[in-house]
Amino acid sequence: MPDIIRNGRVEADDWDESALLTLAEWKARRHESMPEGTRVGVRLEPADDPAEIASDLDRLQLVAINFPRFADGRGYSCAVLLRTRYGYRGELRAIGDVGRDQLFCLKRSGFDAFALAPHRDPHAAAASLGDFSLRYQGSVDDPLPLFRKRLAMAPRGMHFASTAGAIPEENLP
Amino acid sequence: MCAVRSIEVMYRYDALDHQIVSERVEQFRDQTRRYLAGELTEDEFRPLRLQNGLYVQRHAPMLRVAIPYGLISARQLRKLAHIARKYDRGYGHFSTRQNLQYNWPRLEHVPEILAELATVEMHAIQTSGNCVRNITTDHFAGVAHDEVVDPRALAEILRQWSTFHPEFAYLPRKFKIALNGAKSDRAATFLHDIGLNFVTDAAGEIGIRVIVGGGMGRTPIIGHVIREFLPWQHMLTYVEAILRVYNRHGRRDNIYKARIKILVKALGVEEFARQVETEWEATRDSPSVIPQEEYDRVAAHFAPPGYEPPGDEDHALAFQLAADRAFSRWFERNVHDHRRPGYRAVTLSLKKPGVPPGDATAEQMDIVADLAERYSFGELRVSHEQNLILADVRERDLPELWRRSRAAGLATPSVGLLTNIVCCPGGDFCSLANAKSIPIAEAIQRRFDDLDYLHDIGELDLNISGCMNSCGHHHVGHIGILGVDKNGAEWYQVSIGGAQGINGDPALGQVIGPSFAAAEMPDVVDNLIGTYLGLRTAEERFIDTVRRLGLAPFRQRVYGKEAAVA
Repeated sequence: MPDIIRNGRVEADDWDESALLTLAEWKARRHESMPEGTRVGVRLEPADDPAEIASDLDRLQLVAINFPRFADGRGYSCAVLLRTRYGYRGELRAIGDVGRDQLFCLKRSGFDAFALAPHRDPHAAAASLGDFSLRYQGSVDDPLPLFRKRLAMAPRGMHFASTAGAIPEENLP
Repeated sequence: MCAVRSIEVMYRYDALDHQIVSERVEQFRDQTRRYLAGELTEDEFRPLRLQNGLYVQRHAPMLRVAIPYGLISARQLRKLAHIARKYDRGYGHFSTRQNLQYNWPRLEHVPEILAELATVEMHAIQTSGNCVRNITTDHFAGVAHDEVVDPRALAEILRQWSTFHPEFAYLPRKFKIALNGAKSDRAATFLHDIGLNFVTDAAGEIGIRVIVGGGMGRTPIIGHVIREFLPWQHMLTYVEAILRVYNRHGRRDNIYKARIKILVKALGVEEFARQVETEWEATRDSPSVIPQEEYDRVAAHFAPPGYEPPGDEDHALAFQLAADRAFSRWFERNVHDHRRPGYRAVTLSLKKPGVPPGDATAEQMDIVADLAERYSFGELRVSHEQNLILADVRERDLPELWRRSRAAGLATPSVGLLTNIVCCPGGDFCSLANAKSIPIAEAIQRRFDDLDYLHDIGELDLNISGCMNSCGHHHVGHIGILGVDKNGAEWYQVSIGGAQGINGDPALGQVIGPSFAAAEMPDVVDNLIGTYLGLRTAEERFIDTVRRLGLAPFRQRVYGKEAAVA
């Protein structure tokens, strides 16, 4: 099995992608009782609504989002929703037409694992996870926009925790 | 003579902004290297280069440099001139989206060009591709007499937010946002994917009227208001909600139906607005709410420059106006009201007959940079009508500025007139075009070269696009000309009655009938003008006559009897 990038490292894949359930398959089997220790992974397509698995997320060890074409960006919003709206904490993997130059944005949108297309070298690609050391806007990986960090750095600016998404009361509408 | 003034009234990068742009230069340098080494296929490289403003055109790549909300300093303009000399053929083209395009750079030079741009806080980030494009606004921002809210600080905050937004790098299609803070809409906010109009409520609080789904292109649509008053602090969260709904549900099966306007139309405005509000309710209290401190930090960059108190120079100006017809004509057309007594905004025209509209040579750019430093605090703007604006000119400097700009071919007194043609690069350069546009503009400018006649015709917007992508904004021209392909030949379709919406509501032009050959176009315009001159009332502009009488009399004159029957 080809290696994948997971949490920034290249490692052997311990999943068989062909064993992942489609959304329809999962919906058909979600009420089945499964033996203790069964690992379940679901594969979403660009048009699938992540709300449909929102109540099942603590039973899933892997959610894979497929990119049939890398230029089809629906999977980014799907990932953001899974991580922020529905609170998914398990492995979120980008599969399909995934290349080096998408990794930075994918990671920011909540993906922590990447199965690159077979002809691509994951070792070289992993370098692009760090293409930028700063980001203007908040996203899944770091919800604080740069402007809140600037304020925190300012001599008499307000103090913000460095990673939490909390905003002081006075800034809320 | 006044001293050189060059305090730049514009957003200046801090170390963090510099770092982001430098990292982008290195990222693109490596992407270009991998492409040239065969490690990236053409298909893989295409969206990467597009998101850096690099198209492959008829003759060479075209590089589009971002001029955020049209604001540029003398220092930056000199860099653009330098790049035009060193990497191109000594000129550049200012576009209708307030950007600058180079038509002849070499791909392998582009990383170096981007590195040079970075030294003056410029870039080509997201000037093309299916992402959030350069933010545009009123070219009189900050000086307009009818301004309610200066849009520049929020435009900059939006620029930063949209730069490399990870969730929206691969939208269904390009995405254009325009901001307006004045009573007159000089930013065409009803003709953008998102238009943001800044308004104040009864309590004096600043809010945003949110318009979605306008656009030109193949399916021109006037945008819809989906929220009347959004507190400005929520600009980013609300735009994010709109983009998320669009990214998830916009069509991706057909590029001609992929813009947000098609989604809004398919869902209905109410349903689209409901989905946006639902999404926004879930995210509105995120850290992306803009703190007052950030607004103040950015707005401080746009504080008014050191204006001098008004003097008693009126006499000299009045004398010059009375004594010199050429000067008074220029004053009438190219000099604009300013909110500050004793100051005016001035259009430096890039519409000299015989030169493609919007083109400027490296020498002209250097001269304009000098003029900006001498007369306008070292800052200037690019207008969506493809001219350059000096926003803060002392009235007493006007005669001298006029003489100098005239010597440089930048004082064509045609702003608002028929020959101030807005025109895309067209088939001479662009690989998308169906037909050439520049030669049509030139032929019309040649036909209407009598200044007295032009002034008698009065206000008239003439726009030319070489194809349905409508980069020349032909849909909103009082006269709009569109290049079409008929069995491999170049033809031109004419519409009348469009309006940008600067004074009154925006409107889309209506096609008058079958298209014409290139050689017929000056006669066609002549006939349209002749119809208007014969039928106008004393105070009517061309567009008013079209609105009052409809297409029929114009059609009849242009096509003769047979078409009138058809």
